[in-house]
Amino acid sequence: MSCCAPGAEMALEVTAAASASPSSDEIRLASRALGSDIHQTDLSVPTVHCGACIQAIEAALGTVENVESARVNLSTKRVSIRWHGDSVPPFFAVLGSLGYQAHLFDPEIHEKDRTLSELIRAVAVAGFAAGNIMLLSVSVWSGAEGATRDLFHWLSALIAIPALAFAGGFYFRSAANALRHGRMNMDVPIVVGVSLAYAMSLYETINHGEHAYFDASVSLLFFLLIGRTLDHVMRERARMAVSSLSRLAARGAVVLREGSTREYVPVAELTPGMRLLIAAGERIPVDGDILGGNSDLDCSIVSGESVPKAVGAGAHVQAGTLNLTGPLTMQATAAAKDSFLAEMVRLMEAAEGGRSRYRRIADRVSALYAPVVHLAAFMTFLGWMVASGDWHRAVTIAIAVLIITCPCALGLAVPIVQVVAARRLFEAGVMVKDGSAMERLAAIDTAVFDKTGTLTLGRPKLVNASSIDPTMLAIAADIAAHSRHPFSRAITGYAGYSGQPGVESVSEHPGFGVEAITAGNTWRLGRRGWAGWKARTGGEGKLGGYGGTVLSKNGNIVACFAFEDALRQDAKATIQQLKAAGISVDILSGDTAKACGEVAKSLGTESFVPALLPSGKVEWIESLARAGHKVLMVGDGLNDTPALRAAHVSMAPATAADIGRQAADFVFLRESLLAVPLALDVSRKAGRLIRQNIAIAIVYNAFAVPIAILGHVTPLIAAIAMSASSLIVIANAMRLQATAKAAPEAAPARRRTDVIEAAHP
Amino acid sequence: MTTLAYLIPVALFLGALGLSGFLWALRSGQYEDLDGAAERILIEPDARDNEGGRSN
Repeated sequence: MSCCAPGAEMALEVTAAASASPSSDEIRLASRALGSDIHQTDLSVPTVHCGACIQAIEAALGTVENVESARVNLSTKRVSIRWHGDSVPPFFAVLGSLGYQAHLFDPEIHEKDRTLSELIRAVAVAGFAAGNIMLLSVSVWSGAEGATRDLFHWLSALIAIPALAFAGGFYFRSAANALRHGRMNMDVPIVVGVSLAYAMSLYETINHGEHAYFDASVSLLFFLLIGRTLDHVMRERARMAVSSLSRLAARGAVVLREGSTREYVPVAELTPGMRLLIAAGERIPVDGDILGGNSDLDCSIVSGESVPKAVGAGAHVQAGTLNLTGPLTMQATAAAKDSFLAEMVRLMEAAEGGRSRYRRIADRVSALYAPVVHLAAFMTFLGWMVASGDWHRAVTIAIAVLIITCPCALGLAVPIVQVVAARRLFEAGVMVKDGSAMERLAAIDTAVFDKTGTLTLGRPKLVNASSIDPTMLAIAADIAAHSRHPFSRAITGYAGYSGQPGVESVSEHPGFGVEAITAGNTWRLGRRGWAGWKARTGGEGKLGGYGGTVLSKNGNIVACFAFEDALRQDAKATIQQLKAAGISVDILSGDTAKACGEVAKSLGTESFVPALLPSGKVEWIESLARAGHKVLMVGDGLNDTPALRAAHVSMAPATAADIGRQAADFVFLRESLLAVPLALDVSRKAGRLIRQNIAIAIVYNAFAVPIAILGHVTPLIAAIAMSASSLIVIANAMRLQATAKAAPEAAPARRRTDVIEAAHP
Repeated sequence: MTTLAYLIPVALFLGALGLSGFLWALRSGQYEDLDGAAERILIEPDARDNEGGRSN
């Protein structure tokens, strides 16, 4: 066990489901062949977080047979393993014994980030050019004259060409794209300013002029590219962190062919009519009907129901549900593309979210800013033409107006604040997908929560342990250790596995419970009707019959267990903080009215809507939106995904379904729900700073523009003014880091619970 | 002023050298794992009996 694997800062509560290691067929399917019998497998290991982890993992994997090499990437929390031979080395067992949870992921979706390396290359080229041109410009400003000045200008012009062509490409493309669609963005005035500055400077250089603005046009690009790169890094980091979490969809399934041969087939190639074998702990890959076997299914991620459902032959099962206790044989009734998961994706795509209508602050400002600036420059030109009749002078001064108003500070005003805010949230375990998400979050007035998995952990907890005889509890825990039913896990989680030698020949009866035989006694842990067969209570012997969970000895009930779905940490404090911030809170759930009512009551809120279908949640949110509300949706299940998309802005816990995490704007990694009010708080603060920054940029222009219009701007003044305004804006953004640090830490952990199943005492 | 004739090319050459050095480092994957690089310096080489090759 490494020093830091469990309970590490970013450690996720990984459910029983995710901890089931993929089969070697599945690993092979996810591997890349590198030629000459060498394969590379990429694993995501979210709990890697220090040098000792790197050392432990690389040393342990390096000694495994057939492993060529293993390398940990700490930034992306991934391990790349190269191996050869026919059998897949036991990576998961080795990592598991070290205490690390690992997951497979698709190498295709982790293509190297080309945009980032292009941006960094552009920053490097622009920085090189800006530095050298600035050196030459300083010489000119300090008094170089005549031929020397011309030489320096020519050199500057030469150095600026690659910078503009290569580094400026991002802005030229973006501006062209905006103009083609009849829109205006911040890049349009930047492109106009930079290219006019270059063209005028070139003209001046050819005519042995005194002033050239090569330094202004290149250092402007340099500054702006830094802002853009930081913005990209922020989003990329969030994207990586989100997609490196465990994948929940099944990758393939074992198909029973004619003549009882078995074959592992990728999900995409499953067709209706195939017979599939689903082992305990696997997810159902496609919709289908059960042909044989009994088991319990965890449907929480699909429907929001918190209690596992007992299924047997003839039952219909949906893709995405988790088979908990017994092996099942099922017949596929739909291909993967027609299954429940795909239906959710379609619903999600159909939901026109608030985000598509939302226009970012920077775009709204630039839509006003650019015409005003260009008009001012044009008026300056006309004014000087009328006043002096000297067209060269008029053009020079008009271009100087454009250069000095070029929105350097404005271009940085928004991204810098958002990068600082995202960094602050990242440290608190909240991933932000992009800057517009924070702008949208700052505007919300209604928060809508899903229940199972969001307000609650979707994982039952034993609550009446104090009233159970400790010896009975110990026996129950030893029996329960053989099962992966959530209730069994709750019992072992509470009492621990004591390893008493007496308990042997344990067998699981899916849908009923676990049976163990010790020294001639038959112990049963499970449904009341099945375990306590001597105390007839009704519903016994029937699959999924009612009654609490009990422990029985030879048919006599000796202990009863009550379970509650534990509320997520700080759920009540979260609701209170949101209400204090003026946000109205609703609960939308697919679960029963009783379960929802109890959660709502213990959270101190009245407003809940139970038993909603996925489309019902979307309709609810859309009707709120039509009433003029800006809605935040917080949810984790597959059934929440369309609603996450439909809402103005959305948040999901890290344990959410894959497509849920992809659809959400924010993903929080820690268990505490306080991430929601924290994200709201930081977003609102960021919103204030953004407005301040824009105000600063406008004030700067109010001073600089008259000077430029009067024709007093020289390249030196332009360089000083533009750098100063940028630095002020950056310094203002940094205040967010300072105020956020001063904010009080999260309240001490407290858990409340809601009763989902109570047995008789 | 004649010193400029070789000082400027020298300055530009040195700058370009730095730039190409950076671009080379970027392309060869030196910036792939900045957090890991910061930690790896603390790992003793002989403590790792199997030094993994570059995998990216």
